[in-house]
Amino acid sequence: MPAVQDTIDRVRKIDVDQYKYGFQTEIAMDKAPKGLSEDIIRFISAKKDEPSWMLEWRLEAYRRWVTLDEPKWARVHYPKIDFQDLYYYAAPKSTPGPTSLSDVDPELLRVYEKLGIPLKEQEILAGVQKTDVSEFEEASDNVYKSGRVAVDAVFDSVSVVTTFKKELAQAGVIFCSISEAIREHPELVKKYLGSVVPTSDNFYATLNSAVFTDGSFVFVPKGVRCPMELSTYFRMNEKNTGQFERTLIIAEEGAYVSYLEGCTAPQRDENQLHAAVVELIALDDAEIKYSTVQNWYPGDAEGKGGIYNFVTKRGDCRGDRSKISWTQVETGSAITWKYPSCILRGDDSSGEFYSIAVSNGYQQVDSGTKMIHLGKNTSSRIISKGIAAGFSQNTYRGQVSAHRKATNARNFTNCDSLLIGDQCGAHTVPYMEAKNATAQFEHEATTSKISEDQKFYVMQRGIPEEEAIALIVNGFVKDVIQQLPMEFAVEAQKLIGISLEGSVG
Amino acid sequence: MLEIRNLHARIVDDGTEIIRGLNLTVKAGEVAAIMGPNGSGKSTLSYILAGREDYEVTEGEILYNGQSILEMDPAERATAGIFLAFQYPMEIPGVATMEFLKVAMNEQRKARGEEPLKIPEFLKRVKDAAALLDMDMAMLKRPLNVGFSGGEKKRAEILQMKLLEPKLCVLDETDSGLDIDALKIVSEGVNALRAPDRAIVIITHYQRLLQYIVPDSVHVLYRGQVVKSGDKSLALDLEANGYAGVIGQAA
Ligand SMILES: Nc1ncnc2c1ncn2[C@@H]1O[C@H](COP(=O)(O)OP(=O)(O)OP(=O)(O)O)[C@@H](O)[C@H]1O
Ligand SMILES: [Mg+2]
Repeated sequence: MPAVQDTIDRVRKIDVDQYKYGFQTEIAMDKAPKGLSEDIIRFISAKKDEPSWMLEWRLEAYRRWVTLDEPKWARVHYPKIDFQDLYYYAAPKSTPGPTSLSDVDPELLRVYEKLGIPLKEQEILAGVQKTDVSEFEEASDNVYKSGRVAVDAVFDSVSVVTTFKKELAQAGVIFCSISEAIREHPELVKKYLGSVVPTSDNFYATLNSAVFTDGSFVFVPKGVRCPMELSTYFRMNEKNTGQFERTLIIAEEGAYVSYLEGCTAPQRDENQLHAAVVELIALDDAEIKYSTVQNWYPGDAEGKGGIYNFVTKRGDCRGDRSKISWTQVETGSAITWKYPSCILRGDDSSGEFYSIAVSNGYQQVDSGTKMIHLGKNTSSRIISKGIAAGFSQNTYRGQVSAHRKATNARNFTNCDSLLIGDQCGAHTVPYMEAKNATAQFEHEATTSKISEDQKFYVMQRGIPEEEAIALIVNGFVKDVIQQLPMEFAVEAQKLIGISLEGSVG
Repeated sequence: MLEIRNLHARIVDDGTEIIRGLNLTVKAGEVAAIMGPNGSGKSTLSYILAGREDYEVTEGEILYNGQSILEMDPAERATAGIFLAFQYPMEIPGVATMEFLKVAMNEQRKARGEEPLKIPEFLKRVKDAAALLDMDMAMLKRPLNVGFSGGEKKRAEILQMKLLEPKLCVLDETDSGLDIDALKIVSEGVNALRAPDRAIVIITHYQRLLQYIVPDSVHVLYRGQVVKSGDKSLALDLEANGYAGVIGQAA
């Protein structure tokens, strides 16, 4: 991730349509036949050398899924998905499993290089860039002094390479692909998988449980502060491949981990389905910070193509005084359906949701969070910034609820929407429900248009129109950007600028 | 350097004509003062020079170094060297003043085909300019103009002007809202910018500023026209006798 400046410059040059990451790699793929059935699930499970309990778990989810209907309540519209017309397994042929860098298909490495992912360790070491006016920006507390990032790159379905593994192992941290975790750490996977998002949770989560092919696994043992940021790059490459990652992060008592997820996918004509499940578990006094920058293909100027992103992300503050923080920058996908949530089960636990959702062209975003207060003295904070341009629709949907035993539950919600142009829409749908009289919920919401006065003032200083808008928008989202680890923040700001290109006449 | 010929301009929204046949010439190296009663069109003129889209030029020409600027957008005009110190500077929430300065300076450099400034060089320039204007560096970490006092906003405008090194500086009531000490400091800052290849246009209501920044010419604007021009003594005359005499002649 930290190759930031470079990434943007390089990717800009590629310039396919509006989408700057639209290139496709020619690599032989190994895939399952189209469609979904118990046989396909057996195929996936066998490909991954899974133990039988895992296969059973998948089959159970599948049998449940066939009885479910797609949810309809979100403010998104798309043609019906034919789930039998998708591939559920695709793996680059040249990589039978995670290997060392020297074994990796050089073509793959070139793709990552184009994206600016610092796969090589020296690049990682050299790659961290502070924001330019560093002298004037207080380094956020959450930036690791070493500034290093460990990357678990996922190329379609197989985790290609994992860096820094050894060093993490020394600290007792497990960071590997979920497939590897199923084989190497079955007791941990058995204990935690599906414990936050059960296989029965919702249509997409159930589908994911049946067919997930890869994803990341993180385990930080008791008392350990993970010595570096953990980062995953997901990338969909093969045509018509639904990608179903499964991520599981566990922070034991007093542990701390910050996890970065970045996503780019090459351009497609057909819509690609993406239905990930992410589960976070924080035990007593543990803290998990999960940051996402999502910039998948949003579709072309007419609204054709683009990724359908139906994600279930949920964190369980299982222990007392635990803390889970979600930060997301959503700039891509044709459709985003995503509500990273926190279950505040432990007493004095806290949850945070910081979100920037940018929509342009014909993108449809329906995103937000759920904060479910169960324990005593739990608190949650929601800061959502929606930016709508072009013909896009941008909805914030949030739910804050306090159980009747959740005395002194507190929530602060702030939702701001910014409109660029007059063909787009911004919507705020907050649900609040307190079954305990001591709950204190606060909600603020604003909707504004980018002001001509501001734009003129900024342009008068020699800043061209699109840059002027990007600057004003980045100011608007500053509160959230500050929550990101620093090397991520720079890239996020540039991405916001890129995704708003063409939003003005 | 600046030549405005028979300029007519109206508000796009409702068609009201604000500038009605205005003529004005300002030479390189010259400091010109523009005075005139409230609502006479001074700020509007400055906006039109800077290329604001709310106004439409229906007749006449604006020549800058002999070239028409009417087809250029505000950023292009700024890059060509036209700077406007606003009467009411805009607040830009979430954008640190330092960051804004850096983006503005580097965008102008980029347009001229120059490399972006190296950070140490950038910081040095900002520190030097801020010191001259007696501005606290801590303030420059704050979002541009957000919560700045009236005087601080005006100083921040002059700071930007110094750093961007424009060729045509238009200052719209930069003196209003400044205390006496600040007025001196800002005036010194402006005087330091006087140069043979630079023109400065100062819009003001008060002779006091013109004691510090002594103009080469003074022009009175009334109902969208320059109704009288003279040297610095004209400002003294207006201070003593008001606009009645001048306007009377024009009417
Ligand atoms: N966008 C606009 N919409 C409506 N009226 C406008 C607009 N712009 C200017 N005007 C009107 O045009 C006239 C000139 O305004 P302008 O601000 O240029 O005056 P000024 O000479 O700068 O006055 P002051 O000395 O009070 O600053 C005023 O009557 C003002 O109300
Ligand atoms: Mg005015």
